[in-house]
Amino acid sequence: MKVKLERRAEPSQIMQYLSPLIAVGLTALTGLCMFIAMGKDPASAFYVFTVQPIENLYGVGELLIKASPLILIALGLAVGFRANVWNIGAEGQLTVGVIFSGAVALLCGSQGGFWVLPAMLIAGAFGGMVWAAIPAFLRTRFNANEILTSLMLTYVAQLWLSYLIYGPWRDPAGFNFPQSEPLASSAMFPILIEGTRLNASVLITLAAAVLTWFVLKRSFVGYQLQVAGLSEAAARYAGFSHRRAVWIGMLAGGVAAGIAGVGEIAGPLGQLFPTASPGYGFAAIIVAFLGRLQPIGIVLGGLLISLLYLSGEAAQMTLNLPSAITGLFQGVLLFFLLGADVLINYRVRMISETPVLKRVVA
Amino acid sequence: MAAPVSIAFPNGAPRLELRGICKRYPSVLANDLINLRVAPGEIHAVLGENGAGKSTLMKIIYGLVKADSGELLWGGEAVSVTSPAQARRLGIGMVFQHFSLFETLTVVENIALGMTGKPDLATLSAQIVSVSERYGLPVDPDRLVHTMSVGERQRVEIIRALLLNPRLLIMDEPTSVLTPQAVEKLFETLRQLSDDGCSILYISHKLHEIKALCHAATVMRAGRVIGVCDPRQESPRSMAKMMVGADLPVCRPSSIAAATERCLVVDKLTRAADSAFGTALDQVELVVHAGEIVGIAGVSGNGQRELLTALSGETPISENNRIELLGTPVGAADPSMRRRLGLCFVPEERLGRGAVPTLSLAENALLTAHDGDMVQGGLLNFGAITAFTRRCIEEFQVKCGGPNAEARSLSGGNLQKFIIGREVLQKPKVLIVSQPTWGVDVGAAAFIRQTLIDLRNSGTAILVISEELDELFEICDRIAVMAKGRLSKPIPMAETDLTEIGLMMTGLSKRQEGRATQFGSGDRP
Repeated sequence: MKVKLERRAEPSQIMQYLSPLIAVGLTALTGLCMFIAMGKDPASAFYVFTVQPIENLYGVGELLIKASPLILIALGLAVGFRANVWNIGAEGQLTVGVIFSGAVALLCGSQGGFWVLPAMLIAGAFGGMVWAAIPAFLRTRFNANEILTSLMLTYVAQLWLSYLIYGPWRDPAGFNFPQSEPLASSAMFPILIEGTRLNASVLITLAAAVLTWFVLKRSFVGYQLQVAGLSEAAARYAGFSHRRAVWIGMLAGGVAAGIAGVGEIAGPLGQLFPTASPGYGFAAIIVAFLGRLQPIGIVLGGLLISLLYLSGEAAQMTLNLPSAITGLFQGVLLFFLLGADVLINYRVRMISETPVLKRVVA
Repeated sequence: MAAPVSIAFPNGAPRLELRGICKRYPSVLANDLINLRVAPGEIHAVLGENGAGKSTLMKIIYGLVKADSGELLWGGEAVSVTSPAQARRLGIGMVFQHFSLFETLTVVENIALGMTGKPDLATLSAQIVSVSERYGLPVDPDRLVHTMSVGERQRVEIIRALLLNPRLLIMDEPTSVLTPQAVEKLFETLRQLSDDGCSILYISHKLHEIKALCHAATVMRAGRVIGVCDPRQESPRSMAKMMVGADLPVCRPSSIAAATERCLVVDKLTRAADSAFGTALDQVELVVHAGEIVGIAGVSGNGQRELLTALSGETPISENNRIELLGTPVGAADPSMRRRLGLCFVPEERLGRGAVPTLSLAENALLTAHDGDMVQGGLLNFGAITAFTRRCIEEFQVKCGGPNAEARSLSGGNLQKFIIGREVLQKPKVLIVSQPTWGVDVGAAAFIRQTLIDLRNSGTAILVISEELDELFEICDRIAVMAKGRLSKPIPMAETDLTEIGLMMTGLSKRQEGRATQFGSGDRP
């Protein structure tokens, strides 16, 4: 008995949009089984994971403030992913965005005016762009695989940030804790709703979602990127430059990640720490695929992953579960999503006997 | 090796008889109550357009596909063929249109791979030599396949089938890759096989070949047998009428003389091969004038691919002035720049190069026709895109579900009409078409050829690369031959014939050199 994957003649269109829902359903089911196995009450675990984090306004604010960077980065990455440009280093680009914008904020200190925040945004976007430009250059000039280069640069960026925070940028009044001085109020996003931490950075994400939708669906550049992703030979035949697709795809991800970094230090964090984000740059890859690389889907996917972050925290407090629970659920979700995608394109065939033929020619 | 099959046939029983074979696929009835009889030693043609159900029927006989209903009688006895291995044991061999040989292995290794058990290579080599001598199929068992021409590879496939001592040999479109001379050689082999008592099922849509070779023909259309005839008594025209169900459309050739403007000039183009098994170009020279069709004949894999990608700009060359488009050197230019100068290009791969399979026709129109009003200020003008697509669908009679139909949902012929339409509607000054009617049904093929002739008459310079010599002779003003990366001087159609072009395809003709001295630069007499 042999199991074989056989390509389907026509993958179902409907299932391509249903597969994220199926993956979410299976993840929930797996979670329930896990809780039962650990002797927790499944009903209360379910409550902790879905309702508890957002049962008050503060919780909703937290949901949005965590979803915002995830969505923003995923939008940028989706531009590249659609053209088969695999930027895996958004976490590093976010970190360099933090470094650049943090430099602006710390230099200005408390003397800065209203222009500090816009300057930080520009600096952060530029930082992310520079960090994404390195893999883009290596890819177009030396054909180096951008998956590897962008991923490795992430660790370079993180070490760079730790060096700064443990060294020159350490707060002299911070009792030797590895952290910078708190950012001045002119360097912070204004709070949108009193009593929550929800700030104006979500408006940037909202604008980015609309802009991305417009670029992908209505512009010629978006069309060219789509063709580049669907068929390299057709793109070459049409004369769409592959280098251009790599540059646009990498830089879009870099700019988005850099701005998301600004949103972190100028928002919930309020100062710089050796670690810039709880893995938003990597989680955003899951968000992009959960959302089928479509802006609207990405917004929904971002909200879901954000909820997972929150419920992971709630599970630590209420259910005495380790913090690894968040990563575990992200992993299970991605596993089911990829599995569902494989089954959209392939069917499983059981072969009872070893085939005699060496070749079957159509 | 299997022992020779010795089935004692009752007197007069046909070697193979099919009774009421039916095969239904989800969307189409591929075989509808097919009856077919093949006598011992008979060369029996199965004739029909693409999609008539010929291939399905052959796969049923060879055990690759299981029929839904119907009987298969072998020498008068009902058998059920469940696998190609069983078919081979019965004595049925098949030579496929697309070869399945490993290029990095030798002939004898390739043949040993297809056998059960572990044959002794030395004995097998001796058998190969003896079969090849007996049937006039010279092949060196120790040669590596990648060094062999397509015709030689086909010989290997035929020898592989003959080693099993078949009593019935199925040949699927065997001549599509051969030069006219190689076709003659193949026919001699097949006649000799037939004299030895081996029946042959010969699938083709080339009517004059069937007339020259076959003893009987079963004509299929839309999954049904339309009739059985003796091709020796029929004319190609009458058989075509049976096959298509209507009179064959004939192209109107044109007497309008070509202009003198040199639209596309290739000057001593030399470049390396695209891949390890590609062919390098060696000093290719070519001029195409406004208002003429120049054809390039030759068996695929002789440098056509390299020439095409150099001309289209998909792989630009470093020396810019080797290729000139309407007076502008474009050797190093990318495809979009060449397009803006007025070059349009129809590649041989329709899905995945000429069109993106999963995108709609409207989105595929945008692929190359985006220099008009479809893109304004970097944004897509959906009104203009849909209007263009509708026009293309209507003017070029593309059968489809409308501008939103996915490219992959179209049949090969309809997609080709759409792609050619898309390029023609851009009013190109130079059009390059590769294999315009590959796998396209007769009606669509005639339409496409007529489109090219009309475009020529309106003053476009057209370069057609094709393996189908008949097609080139139908539409071209001048014809050149590509062999081993070299291109012969184009010869005016009136001064040449199939035999000469065929000789040049094998690279034997000396006429090219003679012509070069006769006409000086040899560009145009």
